[in-house]
Amino acid sequence: MDTVFGVEFDGGVILASDQTNARSILTYQTNLDKITELSSHSAMGISGPNADLVNFSEYISKNLALYELSNDGLKLSPHAQANFCRGELATALRKGPYQVNIMLGGYDTVKGEASLYWMDYLAALAKVNYGAQGYASSFCLSIMDRDWKEGLTCDEAVGIVEKCIKELQVRFLIAQPNFIIKVVDKDGVRTLKFGADPADN
Amino acid sequence: MARRYDSSTTTFSPEGRLHQVEYAIEAINNAGTCVGILAKDGVVMASEKKVTSSLLAPAKSSEKTYKLCQHAACNVAGLTADANILIDQARLRAGRYAYQYCEAIPVEQLVEHVCNYKQAYTQYGGLRPFGVAFLFAGYDTHYGFQLYQSDPSGNYSGWKATVIGANNQAGKSFLKNEYGAKKEDEDEKMKGEEEEKSAEEAPEASMPDVQEALRLAVKVLNKTMDATASSPDKMELFCMTLDDDGECSHKILSADEAQKVIDEIEAETAPSGDS
Repeated sequence: MDTVFGVEFDGGVILASDQTNARSILTYQTNLDKITELSSHSAMGISGPNADLVNFSEYISKNLALYELSNDGLKLSPHAQANFCRGELATALRKGPYQVNIMLGGYDTVKGEASLYWMDYLAALAKVNYGAQGYASSFCLSIMDRDWKEGLTCDEAVGIVEKCIKELQVRFLIAQPNFIIKVVDKDGVRTLKFGADPADN
Repeated sequence: MARRYDSSTTTFSPEGRLHQVEYAIEAINNAGTCVGILAKDGVVMASEKKVTSSLLAPAKSSEKTYKLCQHAACNVAGLTADANILIDQARLRAGRYAYQYCEAIPVEQLVEHVCNYKQAYTQYGGLRPFGVAFLFAGYDTHYGFQLYQSDPSGNYSGWKATVIGANNQAGKSFLKNEYGAKKEDEDEKMKGEEEEKSAEEAPEASMPDVQEALRLAVKVLNKTMDATASSPDKMELFCMTLDDDGECSHKILSADEAQKVIDEIEAETAPSGDS
């Protein structure tokens, strides 16, 4: 039921996800942040059971932190991070799979370019300009297909994201009142807006 | 001497030394010399080709230079059989890194992996250390061209220029004077001024290019080898550069190309007469 999607622009990536944490007929919380920061210049929007979401994201982000500590501050590029992630999903697949679908967005500080990756629980990986996981794809991809172009600005990309959110809120059966939007660019990862503050307890 | 502390690799002597490791390092001093020089646009590794018998079949591949991956290569001084094990380790590590990250392994990480493997043989298992010293040459997007040296202890360091194998001390002191020094001045006074300038300039300014580095490497080999005349069949010249696509190119110079370098050196020294 989770909505996770992303749009790449010139110099960065926008990641967006809904904030509902629910199972069966029960809503646990409506202010969950499903976009975890992996490193200083990358983040991952994850959909799936909360257990796998947290387990997988922490496993990856701590391994990336270990890499930086072990190698004198050297950073892994978003391409390397995405392939590392995919490798972990692939290894676990035939043992005890992580049931997570991911949109990974990052900014390569060495090359000076942004990249967005679509990854699913079967360890498929694709580099994309925009993408969505789950039911959201049925509603959002057509909007992105029409509106995305090369050389978008951050504001234009946010505009596309907000169009997608409006579409979901009108047409998607499952009500998702709150969305969180983050941007990844040369200045790192930061939250642009949220429906409900994830920090509220 | 502390003979009773000699035989076990995993025991310190009372002076705090690991004798087996030191003996392994000694073993390399009999091996063919290898010179490594870092240049602005590449890395050069030159090695002495030791021909032990004329009955030996002509070598199909180098016994000194080995490609580890697309962007790294190494030169070996010491026991070739030991070196083969470590080279396999290095190639595996580079391959596994690429498998995991779909990216080229940063050169220092590759060197550190081989060195950690060597270190284990100085601390666990009761097996003797590897009798090999390496010169690693590599390129990555983080630090560009790099040159590393490692020894049986598992220690490694990055170098602008270094020598391993027979007569390496003579080679190193020669390099201390010659690496980065401005040449081709007959006027002694001018040379003095230039050297002062180059000391003030950033290190990059006095870094040679690959062609200069090749000449310098051959000069070092001439100094360390017993032979009076240098010729292509006595040495192997390797250089690593970037091609037009930004990919690493590994090249062992042919006999003609090596001869050209030797001729260039002869031409340099000839006009000044006796030096």
